[in-house]
Amino acid sequence: MFRPVFLWSDILLWAMVAGCIALAVYCRRQDYLRRAWRRVGESGVAMASATILAAFVSVGLLDSLHYQPRLPAQEGSSEVQYAPEVLSALDALVADLRLNKEKTYSAPLATHAFAKETMERDGVQTRDYPRLKWGGAHLEEVAGRDSDLARRAASGAFYGLLLWAVVVGVAVGWMALARGAPYGATCRTVWRPDTATTRPIAWRAVFVTLAVLCVIGGVTAAWAAGYHVFGTDKVGQDVLYLSLKSVRTALLIGTLTTLVTLPLAVALGLIAGFRGGWWDDAIQYLYTVLNSIPGVLLIAAMVLMMQVIIDTHPEWFETAAERADARLLALCFILGLTSWTGLCRLLRAETLKLRELDYVQAARAFGVGDARIMARHILPNLMHIVLIALVMDFSGLVLSEAVLSYIGIGVDSSMNSFGTMINAARLELSREPVVWWSLAAAFVLMLALVLAANLFADAVRDAFDPRFQWRARRILKKVAA
Amino acid sequence: MSGPDVRHVVEPLLDVRGLIAELDTPAGIARAVDGLDFEVRAGETMALLGESGCGKSMTAGALMRLLPDVGYIAGGSVKLAGRELTTLTEAQMRESRGSDMAMIFQEPATSLNPVLTVLQQIGEVLATHRGLRGAPARARALELLNAVGIPDAARRLDEYPFQFSGGMKQRAMIAMALAGEPRLLIADEPTTALDVTIQAQVLDLLARLQRERGMAVLLITHDLGVVARMAHQIGVMYAGQLIEQAPRAAFFTRPAHPYSKLLFDALPDAARHGRGELATIPGSVPPLTTAFTGCRLADRCPQAWSRCRDEAPAWHEAGEAQRVRCHLYDPAETARAAPTATAPSTVVADGRIEAGQARLLSVRDLKVHFPIRRGVLQRVVGHVRAVDGVSLDIRPGRTLALVGESGCGKTTVGKAILRLIEPTGGTVSLDGQDVGSLSRSALRSLRARMQMVFQDPYGSLNPRMRVGEIIGEGMGALQQGGDGMAVARLLEQVGLRADMADRYPHEFSGGQRQRIAIARSLAVQPALIVCDEPTSALDVSVQAQILNLLGRLQRDMGLAYLFITHNIAVVEHLAHDVAVMYLGRIVEIGSVDQVLGAPRHPYTKALLSAVPRADLDAATLPQKLTGDLPSPADPPSGCHFHPRCPRAQARCRTDVPVLEGHDGRQAVACWFAD
Amino acid sequence: MIAYIIRRLLYAIPILIGVNLITFLLFFVVNSPDDIARMQLGAKRVTPEAIEKWKAERGYDKPLVWNAAAPGVAKATDTILFDKSVRMFALDFGRADDGRDIALEIRSRMGPSLAIAIPTFILGLFVTVSFALLLVFFRNTALDVGGVVLCVAAMSISGLFYIIGGQYLVSKVWNLVPISGYSGGLDAGKFLILPVLISVVGGIGASARWYRTLFLEEINKDYVRTARAKGLSELHVLFRHVLKNAMIPILTGVVVVIPLLFMGSLLLESFFGIPGLGSYTIDAIGSQDFAVVRSMVFIGSVLYIVGLLLTDISYTLVDPRVRLK
Ligand SMILES: Nc1ncnc2c1ncn2[C@@H]1O[C@H](COP(=O)(O)OP(=O)(O)OP(=O)(O)O)[C@@H](O)[C@H]1O
Ligand code: SF4
Ligand code: SF4
Ligand SMILES: [Mg+2]
Repeated sequence: MFRPVFLWSDILLWAMVAGCIALAVYCRRQDYLRRAWRRVGESGVAMASATILAAFVSVGLLDSLHYQPRLPAQEGSSEVQYAPEVLSALDALVADLRLNKEKTYSAPLATHAFAKETMERDGVQTRDYPRLKWGGAHLEEVAGRDSDLARRAASGAFYGLLLWAVVVGVAVGWMALARGAPYGATCRTVWRPDTATTRPIAWRAVFVTLAVLCVIGGVTAAWAAGYHVFGTDKVGQDVLYLSLKSVRTALLIGTLTTLVTLPLAVALGLIAGFRGGWWDDAIQYLYTVLNSIPGVLLIAAMVLMMQVIIDTHPEWFETAAERADARLLALCFILGLTSWTGLCRLLRAETLKLRELDYVQAARAFGVGDARIMARHILPNLMHIVLIALVMDFSGLVLSEAVLSYIGIGVDSSMNSFGTMINAARLELSREPVVWWSLAAAFVLMLALVLAANLFADAVRDAFDPRFQWRARRILKKVAA
Repeated sequence: MSGPDVRHVVEPLLDVRGLIAELDTPAGIARAVDGLDFEVRAGETMALLGESGCGKSMTAGALMRLLPDVGYIAGGSVKLAGRELTTLTEAQMRESRGSDMAMIFQEPATSLNPVLTVLQQIGEVLATHRGLRGAPARARALELLNAVGIPDAARRLDEYPFQFSGGMKQRAMIAMALAGEPRLLIADEPTTALDVTIQAQVLDLLARLQRERGMAVLLITHDLGVVARMAHQIGVMYAGQLIEQAPRAAFFTRPAHPYSKLLFDALPDAARHGRGELATIPGSVPPLTTAFTGCRLADRCPQAWSRCRDEAPAWHEAGEAQRVRCHLYDPAETARAAPTATAPSTVVADGRIEAGQARLLSVRDLKVHFPIRRGVLQRVVGHVRAVDGVSLDIRPGRTLALVGESGCGKTTVGKAILRLIEPTGGTVSLDGQDVGSLSRSALRSLRARMQMVFQDPYGSLNPRMRVGEIIGEGMGALQQGGDGMAVARLLEQVGLRADMADRYPHEFSGGQRQRIAIARSLAVQPALIVCDEPTSALDVSVQAQILNLLGRLQRDMGLAYLFITHNIAVVEHLAHDVAVMYLGRIVEIGSVDQVLGAPRHPYTKALLSAVPRADLDAATLPQKLTGDLPSPADPPSGCHFHPRCPRAQARCRTDVPVLEGHDGRQAVACWFAD
Repeated sequence: MIAYIIRRLLYAIPILIGVNLITFLLFFVVNSPDDIARMQLGAKRVTPEAIEKWKAERGYDKPLVWNAAAPGVAKATDTILFDKSVRMFALDFGRADDGRDIALEIRSRMGPSLAIAIPTFILGLFVTVSFALLLVFFRNTALDVGGVVLCVAAMSISGLFYIIGGQYLVSKVWNLVPISGYSGGLDAGKFLILPVLISVVGGIGASARWYRTLFLEEINKDYVRTARAKGLSELHVLFRHVLKNAMIPILTGVVVVIPLLFMGSLLLESFFGIPGLGSYTIDAIGSQDFAVVRSMVFIGSVLYIVGLLLTDISYTLVDPRVRLK
């Protein structure tokens, strides 16, 4: 039926997923990591954000299973042929959105096009807004749109909640089994945990967020079956579909970049701080030089050069998807090359401090070698800084993708991303009436993603950074005099 | 000193009744101050005595209404000169702070604002509470600095705190506190961060100022010696409560509460000299989040019985003006009456090894100079002579104590011996082998013979490793096979349970951590352990446990110690020989009896007399040292001690005295020694 | 102190050389001048002669680092590396693809860039520091919590939306100021007010939150407790003690960008059609004018290094520990 396609970014992304799972297993075994993560889990905001992030990640992962569909066998030929376009599991899931295009702009949930057209009605030439090919095409009477929408919303919400109930029911059942508590009691403790004496994981926040997501998802899905929920863009593509496809790009930029940043920053920071002397001078020189070139300009220069390479070697890429993918990876690489310096400096400074600590001296007194001291005594005590930097960087990278794409040094223009969406849409703001929906869709999805990431990052920092102490539950009593 | 008769005449200046202060911590609500009652009269010093974490600083904070963000006063009343403080508005309270009551803190280094001059910081108080600005404020600030004994005060007014030494900073703090002319001065561990000679100066200053101004002083400290020197009234705190209140004389002749007695017994002291075991208080202070039912000491008290666990003791009279919170003093319990003194320290046969035996460690003319770099090209413009020609010997099974004030180079000597710092000159030989000339691999095998125990039990254990891994690391590194059995045996040897190997350091108290650190150094079966102030971060009761442990290990295993410390009492208790260091050089070295009993060097004498002793004769006038420790980057010429030495003569300024001993007396480096 | 500044100045030299090497690597080694010429000329016009002519016009017709054909010292000097580096250090940037002199262009565009950047910088610093102080003054209250949430939300919105939204609302819906454009003199005000406001508002979130953390860190220090024990009011403590100490880390981040204000803002200038260096850079990136991009990279680094120097000097002003050592 189809032939799987492994893009490089897919492979890296799935490898990162595997890495995260391995890390999770490792964290469970390390007492201090488990405790810190538990503190993250105790925060309702963090758990709600994590739920939203998980939703985005699932969209991104679905969009990272690529294949080429098989073309219908040609007459008389037994040769199997595959379509040139590369699709993903997400494309297959939302085939309706992808395939049902309009001619050009149409407003969200509209039944008619955005611009008037000359058409023939009853033999008379008139200029009017034509009906859409797909949006609301099932309606006999246009006036029935609102009640149709309401009906769909209700059933969508119902199915959403049903799904939610099943998921939550199973999850609570699993918890009850794990704790060996009766089902009813588990429900109660999840809903109304005893915060006075214990600090439980904030499952309620997860389930409430999940309920909201399920309802929104259900309603959107119900509407999307008959309308363009976010309208269509200039060439008539569904904006909801474009937004969903942009999620993967944002996630890739936010995570793959760390594959470059991390090894550079950790290795160089550690060596500079621990070895000192000549090593330290050289590494400090390197990052001061890199730092002194303003970030955007350095990225611009590198991207321009990368573009020259890609343009002068068209023979390297078989499909357009591969070329866009290569460009995306190169962008991540460039972003990584230009952004490791901050973390490296932090790690160097911390290593300098750790190096003088008594437990390192004690290890030296036993004659433990340098490499071993770095691996066992220094690195584990730096990990919280690395982790905090990673989660804090994520949202910054997602935001910078939009700006870079706007400047023209971002992802390939054929690739869906929030940046390309905004860039295409902003020119239409001068139209009368305004075409606002592409921007609005990009705005809402980006805000949801980045805000969730920022809130989650804050919770991670609070849990892992020893400097952020515990804050009081605000019950400061007045003087009882 | 205010006798009992005065007490009835003078109304208390500060009157605290049922004060409760709580902290909202991750572990729950901690009641750090629980129903405190006490009073302080004008001209009187009340000392609050207690181990770390018992709520002393929280009490001070509650009185000033300056609690941390998570803290609050949950009940009780505080009256200053008849005025209730707990119900004042914040604005009214501000007027009181700094004028009616002032406070000085433990860490002079961090308690002054680094970017404001001393004049600016004193001026703030003068402007707020005295309405003085400009020239009059400057004149007043100058008077204050003179009053606290800062030399060259006119120039110093415009300097920043970082240009002051530690003792000077604390004097400036005191001047600042005095600027508002307070009637009550709260001093929270005012000398804990200072050296003994400086501590003596600051304590004298406080006592003089109190006499002159008739201030009431609330002195918070953990040091019985400081209490003996300063206090009129004493309150002992334990786990948030006052458990004994007594006038000074009664407290030091007849401590009543079992805990107070234990504190005295745990103190290493010349009186019980002879390297016996110290009395220890088992266990540690219970967390303040506990909901106590019985006596808070019940788990650690040698005299506890069932009633102690079920019923919280009330106040009982234990003599004139002395009262305790202990069931033993309940008139109904007279049967148990007159509790016997706790186990006297047992004198253990001193495994003294005869002199003349081969030296284990021999250090000759050790020098460690740290370069000072300056200028465009980071040229070396001078050296910090942290260690400048130190020679010493240690024989197997013996303890040499290295004593001196902070910054004199003690730690550096220890680290240079282990080659954790490369020495600049001199030789160190262990078992006759020159440590300095060894190759890396040869050095490694020698590492098994010498180990180190560090000062800070929190910084010396990697928080990311299990105890078992920490102890096993040394064995592994030196190929001695660190298996679980060996780790378990070591843990038991230092008085911990074998199953603790799977835990992480943060689960242990300071004393337990220090035991783990000792187990780690024992893992490679060394002959010599360099102990760098192993007990200075610990409470008295826990210090006694560690000292006992070290003593026992020495007797059982024939270990030799180089014991670095500034605590003379510990030296008396533990050491065989003493070396006194001043500014990178040893000024006196000999056996404990000689050096501490009949010191010859002027510095040693001053040092010994500056140590506050926990007994009533503390009033003996110490031979005071003036001035501060000079910088080792720019040491005085000739005898380093001459700017502070009462006997200095012209020769001392030019010629460096050599370390010499005659007629079997201890060696001293002084031209005019006794 | 003089020695300190001289030392800092000497440090700058190897860094500038490093920057120059990196730009050289990027612009001449990653892709050879031939590659670039081929790309710029477009597939149709590529002939060996055209490439040679293109290179000769720009001075790219020499060997990269070693001219074996030249006599004596010229072996090393008559090369692209040497020629281009020396010209850079002499601030001779050559000509852009449209034939204009880059140095001249930069000089004329600095004014408009500064006209936006300086008000933005001053107003932004003032607003964010005040906002952060407000949050810290009301710490542990609902106001603080709300303020922090607001900051996080504000920093989660892409800068593009601030600009697009601001332009749309203020210029299009309310018609208060022209949507874009620029003129010299007093007239400039009406063109500048919107971009300045937008970038101040857009920057509040991240910086105010960062400053708040710095202030909170200071407020937990011992000397603040001392100041309170003196009976000083909370405001006095905040302004005289906390702010003065927190200025030290704040300066690190702030002073270093002052010289970079010359470079203008890429986004604002291009959205508002302001003829500054930011839009110049964007246009150069868009038209792949490598000579201009290379010049801007070099100028940016020089300005950054000047910023580092200023930071070091400003430390001596606020921190007596540095000044008096
Ligand atoms: N790495 C170093 N670089 C420069 N100076 C140093 C270094 N280590 C120590 N010093 C200086 O050497 C002197 C002696 O330091 P050392 O730590 O040995 O003193 P100490 O007697 O152990 O003090 P304390 O009782 O405070 O621990 C001090 O003046 C210190 O500032
Ligand atoms: S009440 Fe009991 S446990 Fe408490 S101190 Fe007295 S004897 Fe000991
Ligand atoms: S040599 Fe002189 S200055 Fe030094 S201790 Fe002896 S008498 Fe004092
Ligand atoms: Mg020391």
